[in-house]
Amino acid sequence: MDLAEIARRLELETLYTDYAACLDSDALESWPEFFTEDCRYRVTSAENYEAGLPLGLIYATSQNMLRDRVSALRDANIYEPQRYRHLISGIRIAPDRTAGVSPAGGQDGSGPDLLEVTANFLVVRTMQDGAMCLFAAGRYVDGVARTGAGWKFAKKDVVLDSRQIDTLLAIPL
Amino acid sequence: MPQALQSPLKWPKEGNARVPYRVFADPEIYRTERDRVFLGPTWQYLSLADELPQPGDYKTTFLGETPVIVTRGEDGQIRAMVNRCAHRGNLVCLKQRGHTEDGLTCVYHAWRYDLAGNLTSVAFRRGVGGKGGMPDSFRLEDHGLKTLRTDTFAGLVFGTLSPDAPPLSDYIGNDIGGRIGRVMRGKPKILGTTSQILHNNWKLYVENVKDTYHASLLHTFFTTFRISRLTTAGGVAIAESGAHHASYTYGEQRGDNATSDQLYSEIHSLHEDYGLKDPRFLDSVDEIGDGITLQILSVFPNFVLQQIHNSIAVRLVLPKGPDETELQWTYIGFEDDDAVMTERRLQQANLVGPAGYVSMEDGAVGGFIQRAIPGAEEECSVIEMGGREHAPQPTRATEASVRGFWNAWRPLMGL
Repeated sequence: MDLAEIARRLELETLYTDYAACLDSDALESWPEFFTEDCRYRVTSAENYEAGLPLGLIYATSQNMLRDRVSALRDANIYEPQRYRHLISGIRIAPDRTAGVSPAGGQDGSGPDLLEVTANFLVVRTMQDGAMCLFAAGRYVDGVARTGAGWKFAKKDVVLDSRQIDTLLAIPL
Repeated sequence: MPQALQSPLKWPKEGNARVPYRVFADPEIYRTERDRVFLGPTWQYLSLADELPQPGDYKTTFLGETPVIVTRGEDGQIRAMVNRCAHRGNLVCLKQRGHTEDGLTCVYHAWRYDLAGNLTSVAFRRGVGGKGGMPDSFRLEDHGLKTLRTDTFAGLVFGTLSPDAPPLSDYIGNDIGGRIGRVMRGKPKILGTTSQILHNNWKLYVENVKDTYHASLLHTFFTTFRISRLTTAGGVAIAESGAHHASYTYGEQRGDNATSDQLYSEIHSLHEDYGLKDPRFLDSVDEIGDGITLQILSVFPNFVLQQIHNSIAVRLVLPKGPDETELQWTYIGFEDDDAVMTERRLQQANLVGPAGYVSMEDGAVGGFIQRAIPGAEEECSVIEMGGREHAPQPTRATEASVRGFWNAWRPLMGL
């Protein structure tokens, strides 16, 4: 691994760490900023994903749709106070493979501008009364683009190992 | 005559306009309704016929909590049987769905059944070297899987274990049947599935589905964007028995917006300045051509068909205990959908399901009621919007179809 690769790896690890911190600290207004303007974001199950079925429990095809999701969570939807704790690990960068989405943003000429990245996640959900559950486990199957403002998600498939959601899915994963 | 409950329940004199909270929490009632409702004379949704396109295809599901296998036989017929080996009671099919070329074989002792549930062979039936084996009196034909009556309506497969259930089309009736047909008008194409675990009795979710009153009050997303208000034209159709219902809403605001705003102005949910940055996901077309943009339909006891704009889904409400329910969703389009239509359905699926803009609250509200029941088992909910009857009404500001559910449930339960 050369220094450029090590630097890129650290940048991507920071991206995922910051992404988790954003969702886990209720900074939802910043969540869309992790994505490109014409991003695709989808939450689905491994069952759907492996069968090639296109459904998303959350399905967005622009950064503005993610902003709308946050507005609805703040002002329209009703759900009990709760928090997530994301544990993200096992980040893998596909070697010399670009993800199947169009890149957005600028290019600085220092390697591929669109990477296919996968990572595992566990999410523990804690309700206001302290009840905790292992809410979600799965993997991210992402297209990460290098833009003028750093690495952004051009595509994020949140692939849940289970098809069962406990009660509801409010805060994004 | 159904056997009485050990701790008797006297139904309130107000009839279907009152429901004792005990019915949502009492294990004895739960156990009793398993026999009288789910194994009783009701038809329950099992599958889309198109989920099993080829002979040899099978899937597993439940009749209440009873495990069921649904198959398509070599003759093309869809059949269903209890997923319990006639030998020692093991689950015959373990997978959610699959395909078999040589029938169904129990993993425990390799008893084999054909796709109609007939026992075709027993391993070591003649023993080994003349020793052991089944007695000569053992007859394969006496030991098949228990079979369900099955029938298909508009591509939806239903089943029952009761010989007393009327024919399926009579059970559903012409009115509700027509409202199923207006949605299921093509060959379905599955877009995906999901499921929710609800921490409440199954009937609290069914009440929620049949409750046309709450939609624009609990689900503030709709109200905020004037997608659906009780002041939008619509109504509720209810089967004569009360068992099934279909609520419907017309797309255009047929009332007066200013009056509507005033009616809603004191309700927490109205946000005048709220706007979507990218409303493309709400682009919908009147694909059926009758102006109805929302239709929520239920078939007693636990089937739901949803048309929310162009998002079409079937929902199955499965009891998992007195205070736990699994809600399964299958989202569909149709074979003749073009790419634009499929994308539209996927976008609008954001409205429903566990993360749905207008349905996530439904996943939680039953649990909120369940948590408030302890100490109130002898008290009752009040279901009087729109009177005490369960006749169809040309408005959704009514709880008539909720009363209809209880009108169908109570005789089965002897309550």
